[in-house]
Amino acid sequence: MTSVIGAPNATETRIVTKRLRDRPEDSWTLDGFTQSGGYEAFRAALKLDPEAIGAEQVAAAGLRGRGGAGFPTGTKWSFLPKDSYPRYLVVNGDEGEPSTFKDRMLIENDPHQLIEGIAISSYAIGCNLAFIYVRGEFALGFERLEAARRDAHAAGFLGANILGSGFDLDIVIHRAAGAYICGEETALLSSLEGDRGMPRIRPPFPAVAGLYAKPTIVNNVETLSTVPHIMRMGGAEYAKLGVNKSTGTRIFSLSGHVNRPGNYEVELGITFRDLIESPELGGGVRNGGKVKFFIPGGASSQWLTGSDEHLDAPLDMDYVQQTFGVMLGSGAVMVYDETTNPALVAWRLAKFFAHESCGKCTPCREGTGWIEKVLYRISHGYGRPQDLDLLLDVGDNISPGLNAPFSQTTICPLGPSAVSPVVSLHKFFREEVIAMCQNNDRALDVTASDSGASDLGAGE
Amino acid sequence: MKDEREIVTVTIDGIEMQAPKGELLIRVAQDNGTFVPRFCWHERMKPVGMCRMCLVEVEGVRGMPPACTTTVTDGMVVNTKSETVKKAQDGVLEFLLINHPLDCPVCDRGGECPLQDQTLAFGPGESRYVEEKRHFEKPIPISELVLLDRERCIQCSRCTRFADEIAGDRLIDFGERGGEMQVITYPDDPFTSYFSGNTVQVCPVGALTAKPYRFRARPWDLSAVETSCQTCSVGCRGSLESSSNELVRLLGVDVEPVNHGWLCDKGRFGYEATHAEDRARNPMIRRDGSLVECSWPEALDAAAEGIKRSLDLHGPASIAMVGGSRGTNEDAYLWARLAKGVIGTDNVDAQIGDGLPAEVVLGLPGATIPDLDEAAAIILLGPDLKEELPVLYLRVRRACVDLGVPILDVSAVDHGLSKYASATIRHLPGEQASAAREISAALAPLIDGRSGPIVVVLGRSDVATSAEPTVAAAAIIREIPNTRFLVALRRGNVRGAIDLGLAPGFLPGRVTLDAGAERFVAAWGSAPAEVGLDTAGIFNAASEGRIGALILVGADIVNDFPDRRLVRAGVGGAGFVICINATVTEAAADADVFLPATVWGEKAGTTTNLEGRISRVGRKIAAVGNPMPDFRIASELALRLGTDFDLETVEEIQDEIARVAPAFAEVDAQLLKRARDGVVLPLALHRDELVLEPRRIPVIDFSWEPIKPEGPGEFEVVEFEVVEPVLEADASDEAAAEEESALPVDISNGAGLPDAQLFVWSAQHAAQPTPGRDNYALRLSAGRSLYDNGRTVASTPALRALIPAQTLRVNPSEISRVGVADGESVRVSTARGSLVLSLTGDANVPAGVAVMPFNIGETGVGDLVDVSLVVTDLRLETLR
Amino acid sequence: MAFTPENLLLANEIVARYPKTKSAILPLAHLAQDQDGYLTQDAMREIAGMIGVTPAEVLGTCSFYTMFKRDEVGRLVVSVCTNVTCLVMGGPEVLEHLEQRYASDKEVTIEEVECLAACGNAPAMQVNYEFHESLTPGSATEIIEAYKAGELTARGVSGGVAGGGQG
Ligand SMILES: Cc1cc2nc3c(=O)[nH]c(=O)nc-3n(C[C@H](O)[C@H](O)[C@H](O)COP(=O)(O)O)c2cc1C
Ligand code: SF4
Ligand code: FES
Repeated sequence: MTSVIGAPNATETRIVTKRLRDRPEDSWTLDGFTQSGGYEAFRAALKLDPEAIGAEQVAAAGLRGRGGAGFPTGTKWSFLPKDSYPRYLVVNGDEGEPSTFKDRMLIENDPHQLIEGIAISSYAIGCNLAFIYVRGEFALGFERLEAARRDAHAAGFLGANILGSGFDLDIVIHRAAGAYICGEETALLSSLEGDRGMPRIRPPFPAVAGLYAKPTIVNNVETLSTVPHIMRMGGAEYAKLGVNKSTGTRIFSLSGHVNRPGNYEVELGITFRDLIESPELGGGVRNGGKVKFFIPGGASSQWLTGSDEHLDAPLDMDYVQQTFGVMLGSGAVMVYDETTNPALVAWRLAKFFAHESCGKCTPCREGTGWIEKVLYRISHGYGRPQDLDLLLDVGDNISPGLNAPFSQTTICPLGPSAVSPVVSLHKFFREEVIAMCQNNDRALDVTASDSGASDLGAGE
Repeated sequence: MKDEREIVTVTIDGIEMQAPKGELLIRVAQDNGTFVPRFCWHERMKPVGMCRMCLVEVEGVRGMPPACTTTVTDGMVVNTKSETVKKAQDGVLEFLLINHPLDCPVCDRGGECPLQDQTLAFGPGESRYVEEKRHFEKPIPISELVLLDRERCIQCSRCTRFADEIAGDRLIDFGERGGEMQVITYPDDPFTSYFSGNTVQVCPVGALTAKPYRFRARPWDLSAVETSCQTCSVGCRGSLESSSNELVRLLGVDVEPVNHGWLCDKGRFGYEATHAEDRARNPMIRRDGSLVECSWPEALDAAAEGIKRSLDLHGPASIAMVGGSRGTNEDAYLWARLAKGVIGTDNVDAQIGDGLPAEVVLGLPGATIPDLDEAAAIILLGPDLKEELPVLYLRVRRACVDLGVPILDVSAVDHGLSKYASATIRHLPGEQASAAREISAALAPLIDGRSGPIVVVLGRSDVATSAEPTVAAAAIIREIPNTRFLVALRRGNVRGAIDLGLAPGFLPGRVTLDAGAERFVAAWGSAPAEVGLDTAGIFNAASEGRIGALILVGADIVNDFPDRRLVRAGVGGAGFVICINATVTEAAADADVFLPATVWGEKAGTTTNLEGRISRVGRKIAAVGNPMPDFRIASELALRLGTDFDLETVEEIQDEIARVAPAFAEVDAQLLKRARDGVVLPLALHRDELVLEPRRIPVIDFSWEPIKPEGPGEFEVVEFEVVEPVLEADASDEAAAEEESALPVDISNGAGLPDAQLFVWSAQHAAQPTPGRDNYALRLSAGRSLYDNGRTVASTPALRALIPAQTLRVNPSEISRVGVADGESVRVSTARGSLVLSLTGDANVPAGVAVMPFNIGETGVGDLVDVSLVVTDLRLETLR
Repeated sequence: MAFTPENLLLANEIVARYPKTKSAILPLAHLAQDQDGYLTQDAMREIAGMIGVTPAEVLGTCSFYTMFKRDEVGRLVVSVCTNVTCLVMGGPEVLEHLEQRYASDKEVTIEEVECLAACGNAPAMQVNYEFHESLTPGSATEIIEAYKAGELTARGVSGGVAGGGQG
């Protein structure tokens, strides 16, 4: 393990997750929330000039979206056209990126924190009706949010003339119904309007014409859950955490072959190695093994390997993208040890993207299915040695230049995301894959028996 | 609409061009000769950017934006042909083909398929796909008319967008997701849109096919002529196509001022009626009480003899002519000349009791269809456009939904456009005049500062109410400043017939008998002095034995006239009946002479739509048997009555009309040939709208765009070629170029004839009060439904099944008042007669009103209406 | 089946929450599915009527989403994740075991699903959208049996609390 002077500690820095860790028994209740300082930031915010909140706090904090794209939140808010009302705040709680499970935790265990973040943000941007789009499968999360909304309403934190400030806010909690693409913000808006959840052509951007063609801000659950803390700490203070333009903390969902999988809130700037190996965090690879490869930012990202170069890279959104062409995305880190057959993982990812393609764009609708079929063959002993190159060329037609998910012939990055595993196989496991094809090896035989279904996950 | 956008400079593939800022890149490229391949983009629908076929490179823009969703900005530099773009196009085509069945040999689209064309032009040569293709059950019917093959579908969403955006009938949608995504209807809820055939036309592959056309022809065997549909008076432009002398298809042609490429299903599939089994092939005369076939000279001699006898015995006023609204303008003109110039009678009426007096039709300030788009408001006081003039319905809907024009709905019952209305004035049938008095007040908030004309769609909303209340309403609305009228008459060329004098009191060219007397005496030798009878008057007179010879031109008069008892009495009472028709109708069966006529598709000429727009109809096939075009029959009869018209060709007739009929001044054969989108009368007011360029076709797109440019030969199909946007030069005419600037065409044509003032309606109308309704009676509203027993539908196998069942719809409260169950039969009685009908409750029908479509079922409205009454009140009794 | 009187009240209240009524399709479909056990054609037709769109539109929307079952399913819908973390932690084995075990059990419908956001304790499954994590084939079976025996209270098929909890 390397340690760099001045680098953040390889331990948890609990800000957004503090309450739910401190009071697991009642963190989701109004009492639990207010007893631990809840709604104070909102109270304070209501005394400020709304516009100053975005500019002087959120932007100054350097807060970047936690949903995947990492776009600066303050900047996004500033795109709202002046004098155009109503405008909406839509919370993206659709968390579907494989191996990401932080938003579910925040929704289930600290719903008031999210509502406080929504309330402050709505006040800041001039919105009187906010929507929380919750992933349909989160039945408990939906219930907890609904209860929190009702309690907050009853306690006067929502509704008309909140706390005598003259500010009105209602929240509609909208339960989705099982479609990963609805996490994409424009697809989410279509879905929220009762349509098929298909992404829309941009421009217009949602900030200009979003929900019901009105100016709309879409932010992730974690992003908004961070806002009360920025208000509490002050934007400038918050910005001191983290590295470079990756300020603050982020919750990383660590999963796979590590001893302590789970959600860890850490300061940005620690390394992947810290996250995976630190005894207070991932606790190292199971059975004392080694990292064969890991997927750094959710299923859409290209992969990294167990090499020192990769493991010692800092959790810095721009650094990893510029250096390796991967992303921190949704903050999911999936770790695979040496028992894992990468072709099998690649196939399962392709199957996911093919299943979740909305069907709008030809390259994605047809291409993801094609990739899935070929990877199925490869991982199930029917591959042909030339298949990997075929896949690369098919992938190049979805993500020209193969730097998926950042370049695309499609409307949204979902299609290109299916190219990420293909490129990763090619970059790191080309020989292994071609050998599989030559030997007609079946990946399932390789992995499943080793995966240890009884080897129950540790962590939380 | 005036394009007031800023002009910007764009460079596409190294060529600089000017375009209005904000215009779609794909359109700018196309207008300047660069075809960007596409599937999902359609000129008339909102861009969706789904198929990704049109990706291009734009300097300074990351990735490849689709040309169909990108708008041009000043200084934009675009590359549509780079290696990167090529690769993307290859890729998209490969993706589209991996799951596309290669059943092209048995696909209707094979040979005119953009997927085939663009694969040839832009695609990869071979497939690398070795996996199994997607499978679906092959074709499933989504309606009576349209079948869906989901394996062929390329998910461009043109059909679903058409249904939603254009037709407003969102009965098809996408279902499922990703690779499973497919077009769906709701189970047991078929795609019963009146516009369903358009989805077949816009489908870029063979996923949607039309039942009547399936497997009927290969595209390369088709020959086509551009024509106007004459099913109703909208006059949609289309490409009429035949194979082996049989009409097999009509495709909509995109004409900006009229139909935007759309057709209704009745118009699209109605060509089948041309080939009906019961078409009459030979003339017939009555011998020993029954009609027997004979030769043309025999029949014509007999007909002329019948006319002459009546003329000799009782004078010209004993002769009457009814009908003529389904032919060409050239037919109408010669019928008018025969009746008014040769025989000398003014008992001539092309309308058969379901229209408006010619004064109103001719004398109101006219609107054009494009006026709808720029209107301050649209007033609807007339028929249900969705049922009677479907593509006008689309245009009004578009003006409202897409362009924000408010609608004021003045009607007795809900109709297809009611849900789009911003304000509604409801009235009892017959109370149009009092409703009209409320219009000014209702209009003010709608207009609210909007500029533009107020377009009034005016017509008879139903045939159980006489024309009188509508005329009275027109007189009132006419007083509102800045109103223009689209007179919603229904039959194909009724407007042309009236314009050409097939109406009592008028001579060809919108002049009254008075005003035109001198001119027509000069031109024809004689003209009637006395105003004659309209159709109802003619039948009344005939039933009293005062008509010695009755000439019935087209029309199934017994079913088309609202009062069956009166027609039957009239036809029965006429001394001698001559029937000119395509089939032997009920009235024809009683005729003394029957003359078989050619129909649409079998003859060339021009037709006039409800705007007064004249456009050409094309001849595509030769009639089977020996029918003759009407204009020739009229000429032959005239000859036998002593006048040689000396007009051999359609063009000669057109030139004579331009010379003689005042409103047609300058509109001669040459202009008609060159005016791409037709000529709106009077030309003096509409000269700006003339377009004298041929239609342009994108190079690659051609195989699926139904535009076959016309060459000099009228009847044959011309070799396909890309037409430059220049004036179509007449090869024989050296001075063509000069002439272009010298337009209008030679005015001296009619010189030498005395002037005649075009008629303007004074709108002085003493409204007759509508009788009140007593509380026990219901007032009948008898509009039409698109599919009725009319000849087109009844003779078209594909459409016949769509005729709705006959029922009397009333407010549910009436059902309980009568004390019957919903759907139960009751006795319905009017002053005229009584019938047993089933009663249906419908909350959309106001209390006090009963609704029944005209001309559905064996017996019906025609047996209940007395045309001498203003309204038709009826009573219901239980049968128990 | 049409909405029960209570659910109809709730449905109307849901429609009223949104600036545009079509937004209510998803929540109404959940409500109907919880009530009827799957999303029936009658329900979609009723929803269409309530919000003023065609039934085809409702079907078009609903068929986009995997949670809506348009054919009858068991009282217990068991969703087993096999996505990339569960994949290597034993999810496929759990799935295979349950599929065999409940192949002919009408009360239980087993389905394979995408990542459930429970990867920290993979493999995971849901029974009517109630989470169960860190599974083995054996523990998964025990859980299902507990539901069948009534020892665990199942949510509705759409994940609502018994009695239409789409509130
Ligand atoms: C295919 C796809 C799926 C996505 N899924 C999610 C998601 O589940 N949750 C989320 O917050 N953002 C998701 N995003 C990112 C959103 O589009 C959007 O960037 C984000 O919600 C903005 O919020 P933020 O700025 O607070 O991150 C997804 C993006 C794509 C392309
Ligand atoms: S890339 Fe895929 S998921 Fe995204 S819009 Fe296109 S088809 Fe839909
Ligand atoms: S034509 Fe542009 S994306 Fe289909």
